Amino acid sequence: MSAHRRGWLKGAAASLAGLWLAACDQVSRSAQGRDVLLRAEGLTRRAQRLVLDRRALAREFSPADVSPNFRANGSINPSDADYVAHRANGFADWKLVIDGLVERPLSLSLAELRAQPARTQITRHDCVEGWSDIAKWTGARLGPLLDKAGVKREARYIVFHCADSLGGQHADGSGRYYESIDLVDAYHPQTLLAYAMNDQPLPLAHGAPVRLRVERQLGYKQAKYVMRLEAVADFAHLGGGKGGFWEDRGYEWYAGI
Amino acid sequence: MKTRQLVRRHSGVTRLTHWINVLALSLLLMSGLQIFNAHPALYWGAKSAFDRPWLSIGAAERAGRPVGVTQLAGKRFETTGVLGWSGKPGAGRSQAFPAWATVPSWRDLAIGRRWHFFFAWLFVINGLVYLLWGLIGGHLRRDLAPSRAQLSPRHVWHEIVTHAQLKFPKGEAARRYNVLQKLSYLAVVLVLLPLMVATGLTMSPGFDAAAPWLPELFGGRQSARSIHFICASLIVLFVIVHLVMVVASGTWNNIRSMITGRYAIEVEGETA
Repeated sequence: MSAHRRGWLKGAAASLAGLWLAACDQVSRSAQGRDVLLRAEGLTRRAQRLVLDRRALAREFSPADVSPNFRANGSINPSDADYVAHRANGFADWKLVIDGLVERPLSLSLAELRAQPARTQITRHDCVEGWSDIAKWTGARLGPLLDKAGVKREARYIVFHCADSLGGQHADGSGRYYESIDLVDAYHPQTLLAYAMNDQPLPLAHGAPVRLRVERQLGYKQAKYVMRLEAVADFAHLGGGKGGFWEDRGYEWYAGI
Repeated sequence: MKTRQLVRRHSGVTRLTHWINVLALSLLLMSGLQIFNAHPALYWGAKSAFDRPWLSIGAAERAGRPVGVTQLAGKRFETTGVLGWSGKPGAGRSQAFPAWATVPSWRDLAIGRRWHFFFAWLFVINGLVYLLWGLIGGHLRRDLAPSRAQLSPRHVWHEIVTHAQLKFPKGEAARRYNVLQKLSYLAVVLVLLPLMVATGLTMSPGFDAAAPWLPELFGGRQSARSIHFICASLIVLFVIVHLVMVVASGTWNNIRSMITGRYAIEVEGETA
């Protein structure tokens, strides 16, 4: 191959690569492009629900597997005034509210929550970034709690409203963390409102006093600093309308993968 | 006298699935590097021992200037400009893989994941079509399974020596894949690509609950993530060798055969 031809080929290859990268970025920027790519989420969710038994448990590990330094991500010390006040008096006045599409709205103190049907499990926490940690969680099972409140027939999702403003504190509360799961996951036997981690009260960085554990999904679904559960038929009216803080910022609602 | 004869080399299914695979694997690789950049460290086992990754890529400072640092099995390499620290002069930033290797080029894990799972589906469906057709239509048995004679150590060694000299079979022998082609294609199609799917699924907490034997098989989720990365690297290596061989053994003849199916060989005597 002549030097001239080689140079020409190199130039052509470089321009093609440049075009390719620019095209990918263009698709990544456009709303339609993003929507088309997100169609895979529905396929993944349906496929996983098809092969995954609704009651199938996430693997539980032995005490020896517990991570010595479980990494804390997202908010690790909320500065929201309400939360700071609750924390200052040891969550003595803190109440977990369960309302929305339920027959009997509930308001439970931490002591009352600890008296509910509980479960302890040692599970793996998978961050969307790629790392994993293992911890022992103890908490109230969500299923019996929802039965106690009496979820109405039209409810399809449980929304978790949190105390922390990971997206910045705004007057309208738009920076507040929130998450949502469907009733399949809400009634899963391993779905907990965890108040203890590794036999200690849930630490501040990990969501004190209560965080969600919805094993079989990624870390961003495990809402921390949970204040209120709301049963809803639809979550389009909440936040950015995508069902969660990170979902509003481009992440998949179904985080099973 | 030698004449040039066009023979049917690749079937329509082979050609179509080949090019869909080029598209899917390129995007899976580049969006995969985007995802890797969100936590550029790899571990063995179920969980991440953050202080003991076997591979990590990051930035450090030396004499007041940022440098890219890659640590592999306890050894430290400076990889400024490509791994750990890259970008235009004055606009460099800390990122494991450089902007030109990721989709999108800026740091965006959420969009990277969308690309990855979209093209993962395309890749899996395309791969299933190829494998089913390869099994039923006989492509795997007829064209890819090496014959007993081809597998003799003497023959394999002879092929390795002639390949290293960039001499390739001519005439009748060029009608079929040689043994090195067969073995490397089979390794990619039956081992590396299925391993990519299996280790990818092992990283899914949902799929792990459905198939607990998967993380067991690979030694834990973080091991699966490591194997996913290693297999992707081996596929990149395969593609580099593949492209070198395409160029060395007749660029346009090879490319045409993968587009139109027709491949030119030189045979003794008159054109049939």
